[in-house]
Amino acid sequence: MNPRARTPQTRRGPMGGHGPMGPRGIMMKGEKARNFKGTMLKLVGYLSAYKLSIIVVMVFAVASTIFSIVGPKILGKATTKLFEGVLSQIAGTGTIDFGYIGNIILTMVALYLLSSLFSFIQGWIMSGVSMDITYHFRRDISEKINYMPLKYFDGTSQGEVLSRITNDVDTVNQTLNQSLTQIITSTTTVIGVAVMMFSINWMMTMVAMGIVPLSMVIIGLVINKSQKYFKQQQDYLGHVNGHVEEMYGGHVVMKAFNGEEKSLEQFNVYNDTLYDSAWKSQFLSGLMMPVMTFVGNLGYVGVSILGGWLAIQNAITVGDIQAFIQYVRSFTQPITQLANISNVLQQTAAAAERVFEFLDEAEEVHETANPVHLPALKGQVEFQHVRFGYNPDKVVIKDFSATALPGQKVAIVGPTGAGKTTMVKLLMRFYDVSSGAILVDGHDIRQFTRQDLRKMFAMVLQDTWLFNGTVMENIRYGRDNANDQQVINAAKVARVDHFVRTLPEGYNMVLNEEASNVSQGQMQLLTIARAVLADPRILILDEATSSVDTRTEVLIQKAMDELMKNRTNFIIAHRLSTIRNADLILVMRDGDIVEQGTHVDLLARNGFYAEIYNSQFAKLDGNGDGHLPQEEVLGLARVPSQAELVSPRQYIQLAYQALEKGEKAEARQIAQETIRLFPNYEAAYLILAALATPHESVSYLVKALQINPSSKRAREGLTWAVEKMRDSS
Amino acid sequence: MLRLSKYLKPYILLILITIVLLFVQAYANLALPDYMANIVNVGIQQGGVGNAVPMAIRQSEMDKLVIFMNPDDKAQVLDAYNLVDKNSSDYAEYVTQYPVLANQPVYVLKSIDKAEIDRLNPIMGKAFLIVSNIQQTMADPAKAAAMAQSFGFDLSKLPPGTNIFSLLVKLPPAQLDKMMASINQKFSAMDASLINQSAVVAVKAEYQALGMDTGKIQTNYITHTGILMLLVSLLAGASTVTVGFLAARTAAGSARDVRKDLFERVENFANAEFDKFSTASLITRSTNDVTQIQMVVIMLMRIVFYAPIIGVGGIIMALGKSTSMWWVIALAVLVLIGLVLVVFSVSLPKFRIMQSLIDRLNLVTRENLSGMMVIRAFNKQKFEEDRFDNANVDLTSTSLFVSRVMVTMFPVMMLIMNGLSVLIIWVGAHQVAQSAMQVGDMIAFMQYAMQIVMAFLMLSMMFIIIPRASVSGGRIADVLETKPTIKDPQTPLQFKEPFAGKIEFRNVSFRYPNALEDVLCNITFTAYPGQTTAFLGSTGSGKSTIINLIPRFYEVSAGSILLDGTDIRQVRQRDLRDKIGYIPQKGMLFSGTIGSNLRYADENASNHSLVEAADIAQASEFIFEKPEGFEAEISQGGSNVSGGQKQRLSIARALVKKPPIYIFDDSFSALDFKTDSALRKALKEKTGSSTVLIVTQRVSTIKNADQIIVLEEGKVVGKGRHEELMEDCNTYREIALSQLSLEELA
Repeated sequence: MNPRARTPQTRRGPMGGHGPMGPRGIMMKGEKARNFKGTMLKLVGYLSAYKLSIIVVMVFAVASTIFSIVGPKILGKATTKLFEGVLSQIAGTGTIDFGYIGNIILTMVALYLLSSLFSFIQGWIMSGVSMDITYHFRRDISEKINYMPLKYFDGTSQGEVLSRITNDVDTVNQTLNQSLTQIITSTTTVIGVAVMMFSINWMMTMVAMGIVPLSMVIIGLVINKSQKYFKQQQDYLGHVNGHVEEMYGGHVVMKAFNGEEKSLEQFNVYNDTLYDSAWKSQFLSGLMMPVMTFVGNLGYVGVSILGGWLAIQNAITVGDIQAFIQYVRSFTQPITQLANISNVLQQTAAAAERVFEFLDEAEEVHETANPVHLPALKGQVEFQHVRFGYNPDKVVIKDFSATALPGQKVAIVGPTGAGKTTMVKLLMRFYDVSSGAILVDGHDIRQFTRQDLRKMFAMVLQDTWLFNGTVMENIRYGRDNANDQQVINAAKVARVDHFVRTLPEGYNMVLNEEASNVSQGQMQLLTIARAVLADPRILILDEATSSVDTRTEVLIQKAMDELMKNRTNFIIAHRLSTIRNADLILVMRDGDIVEQGTHVDLLARNGFYAEIYNSQFAKLDGNGDGHLPQEEVLGLARVPSQAELVSPRQYIQLAYQALEKGEKAEARQIAQETIRLFPNYEAAYLILAALATPHESVSYLVKALQINPSSKRAREGLTWAVEKMRDSS
Repeated sequence: MLRLSKYLKPYILLILITIVLLFVQAYANLALPDYMANIVNVGIQQGGVGNAVPMAIRQSEMDKLVIFMNPDDKAQVLDAYNLVDKNSSDYAEYVTQYPVLANQPVYVLKSIDKAEIDRLNPIMGKAFLIVSNIQQTMADPAKAAAMAQSFGFDLSKLPPGTNIFSLLVKLPPAQLDKMMASINQKFSAMDASLINQSAVVAVKAEYQALGMDTGKIQTNYITHTGILMLLVSLLAGASTVTVGFLAARTAAGSARDVRKDLFERVENFANAEFDKFSTASLITRSTNDVTQIQMVVIMLMRIVFYAPIIGVGGIIMALGKSTSMWWVIALAVLVLIGLVLVVFSVSLPKFRIMQSLIDRLNLVTRENLSGMMVIRAFNKQKFEEDRFDNANVDLTSTSLFVSRVMVTMFPVMMLIMNGLSVLIIWVGAHQVAQSAMQVGDMIAFMQYAMQIVMAFLMLSMMFIIIPRASVSGGRIADVLETKPTIKDPQTPLQFKEPFAGKIEFRNVSFRYPNALEDVLCNITFTAYPGQTTAFLGSTGSGKSTIINLIPRFYEVSAGSILLDGTDIRQVRQRDLRDKIGYIPQKGMLFSGTIGSNLRYADENASNHSLVEAADIAQASEFIFEKPEGFEAEISQGGSNVSGGQKQRLSIARALVKKPPIYIFDDSFSALDFKTDSALRKALKEKTGSSTVLIVTQRVSTIKNADQIIVLEEGKVVGKGRHEELMEDCNTYREIALSQLSLEELA
């Protein structure tokens, strides 16, 4: 999640959580949909696929409700019969008619059973429908992600997309699962009860209905008031939590500057305000129930008084009044529910709108209708007057032309943020050029399907991306149909086989989310193995490695060198050797390619490249601070940490290791490589000297002495060599 | 939970009042059904006549009634009435009320209390019943003859129109007694309320005979009872609202107190305690866990306390109505609790699984988003869709299961509740038939049964909520019960003035709590004012740990650290830290403005000194690039400025303080070389007489330091200037060689 999504105000709980305070809906008005009607229509459109199920649900919900509405009336008959029976028993004229009561009770049991059964069936179906819709929403979003232009994600954080997949979809689900049925049952109850009441007496019904506007006003008042405090509470909870996070996070600084008192003072202000709004909102939210009960009782008494009067007029029977009263009592709850439903619908619409919005986002430019298929790819890449900008008004690449022949090495050099990855994104068609064209083997890359195009390439990026799966699966990501042996071979080429075998479950070890069980460097090796397995004609490499120990770093370089053989390579270069050997160097600065050519060309041009290259030898200032270290030579504004350096020392260490193991050839090779890269490094010559015959060694030792006239070891070596030669002669 | 109970102490009064109010609420809620029943039964069914003791009765009718009373009862009854006739003083007053008074004398009820009425009620009720029975019988000649026969006289022998009651009066007492005995026997089968209900019909008839407005009587009764009911309902509502008020105050208040204590405690924690709990966990404990507690306190006061009161009250009331039907309630409660237990034992594990499935779905989505380029590059969209689909299917099917368990539970619960009322009617009907119970009582019993069941349901829900809250409570208590390891001394010393800033480490060792080995071992060195002392070493060598000991973020395990000769453990932490300007490894800023962050070191710093500090820290350029300058907003954690800018602001912040000791904990790592160099140059001028400690990985940064201390695995392996160390410290030479070109090393 990006930091923005983590600020307390915008933080939303995980799925299903509606904040610690207060239930969903009743008190939280939440945000509103911009286009309520349109969104709802769309949602209904989604539901239409489940037409039949939903009709069944509605019918069953209505039936279930009606049965439970009828219940009291029939049960009342049993009581009346019982009462009559008792009276006749007293009068001696008869007994209680248990047969009749028994029948009523059986009817009741049947009704209640049916009501519960119907309610169960409708719930069962509805939960299936809402889960199905939820599932499809999620699937659609996840598929959508793959067809959206990368550009979209420049402006949208991961957290936002995640929130749509979890929170928003979940809100819709809850509404479908609960609120929809609730709307049906509440409406049915209100209508059913109203019908029953009207069938008994219209005047009493009017009185009973009188409580509806009254309740509405009260509900409105309570919601209105409490919402204010709820919002305040949420805000201050955000402040308190934010302060806590900040102070705990910066604990050391807070202590170092004796900030305890200040921090506590601030905390107390927030905490006290939170207390104030917390108790008020809690109190107000608890107000609804007793107030509504009282209003309900008000209606009850009104109905009783009117009923009594009507009974005197003989306009109504006592039994009717009794039934009526029961209906009045079952009137308030559905009204409260219905009053809340508009809130719930608003929230749902807002959530659904966000989901639809995402699903309706523009997708990548469509594939060409007649794609080109290349039987054999040579790997020639040509840029023709490429112009590109992430925004139309901010052109990043103005007019760039260059050709990379098959097997060539193209180095991209420049400070971080200069837009080096832009080139990668254009090549792989994550973005399309604004004008001009990029050609592969003479065909515009837009003439290929994206899939075919991307098959030609493989990438090894600095941000190693591996997924939560086994090592084997992660390497096989490069080529689906590779068998285990091929995967292992690729790992060997990438020099990671040995490491994998040391893991607890070898190739079957699952890499966890942070892949904390594997170091950054090892992850990089795995991504190289992945690219090796993919075996593309064209390779895109990001050389830099971060936080990698010396040994792994050398391994990575070797693996990369191996990988680059026989391919057309685009390298975001950080190593002098790579740059010097490149067939083409693209020098980027501030998002633009300012120079291009070979190392020699560029030095001769004496431009930006020459400037950064030569700065290696320039004194920075008169302060005696010395020179720019090696990393600065490469013109990288982002200063790599010490571990990132590819230093001669690291090479020499490897050489020594090889020497210790007795791998003389290897040691010699490394030492020579070192000299090639760092011609003025004494130790490399000393190693070569150690590996050579006394006669050969003299030249190395002399060289070493030239580099460091005070070198004790070189002098000793020379003495030793001279003695040896004297001995042998 | 109990460990936090002291936080409820200040609210004990509120809680006690709450409990009292809950009793009131329970009482009112239990009484309400009675009032409702009265409105229907007495008000509507009985026309507002509550009992068999009429307000007034014609003398002629009273004479009939007294025939069927024994002499004691008769005396009592007559004693309760005044006989009013035309000659009475208050005749005028009564005649409007009882128009029939104009023709005949009327007995008017004296104002007697309710107990008296209750005593008279069965006596008069029975008499009314007998009289009305006889009168009804007399209406039918055949039946009348049979009855007269039983009384021992022949109706046909009497002249027509003869009042049978006048004959009965004349009967010999023995015969009358015999007759009464047989009637009484018949009545014994009837219970009091039935007698009452039958008698009120006669009373109503008598009122009509008196010329009274019976409609008005009824309306008055309903209105009167209705108002009472509204009052009781108001009482219930008021106590519920008050309980809500008190609960809200108590919950929010105790949450505030807990939060405050937690925050204060954590503020005083040393780094060791932070390491123990982890920062993230401490944040959760201070925020979410406290909110949990608040919710539970509310629930506790509004529901948990209430449930037993209403439950026990309901049981008492229900048993008062019928002692033989308790098993019905017990059965319902058992079945419901069984249901709840089954449902939760089935769904709780699934709930837990669901959380992990949600995490899994989120994980896959996050991976899809972060690996977008790689996924597309390898054409793995389908693969990822399948991976997501697997997670989605798992999550969907589990949540469908859980939601269907709930969908099953609610109808079953409804069925049980409804079944309970049906069962009560069936069993109750038989009880009524055996005269063990009355119909009205049965209905009341039903209502109480519902209340009892609801109480048990509420309680069983609490069994689910409370364990969860007690976890939160435990987590909070763990923090509150952790004492900070670093405390101020009882009798703190003061630093000597003027303070120079000499730092002396004497055989200092440090080991993390519960660790097996020392991180630092036997470190001894002295850093002098006006000099720069640098610490160099690879990752894990302990160089950062050393400087964290100086502001007492950690406490030395052995040895001592002296500032100007005073052991840092003998002064107050506040005084100690006053002397130190600390710049952390990661630039850490607080929300506010750039200015407020710089002034964090010294609230009263002048604008001039802010500018100066920013200049030295090489921060002026980017600060004044912003239109707001020092007023530019810094968001939480400083997320809206870059890493290098954060470090520079952190440095500027310490500079504003102008302390005698500066500690730079690898504070230049995010700076580019040029800035680093310029900054150090400016710093050198500014920090003149201060003691400067620098931890770094870059040799170039410290090449000119007065003293470089080289560390390896917690031990000092080299001490001296650059040139000296190049000569005789292997570790230093290696590090230096790996970083600097040969020319630089020279």
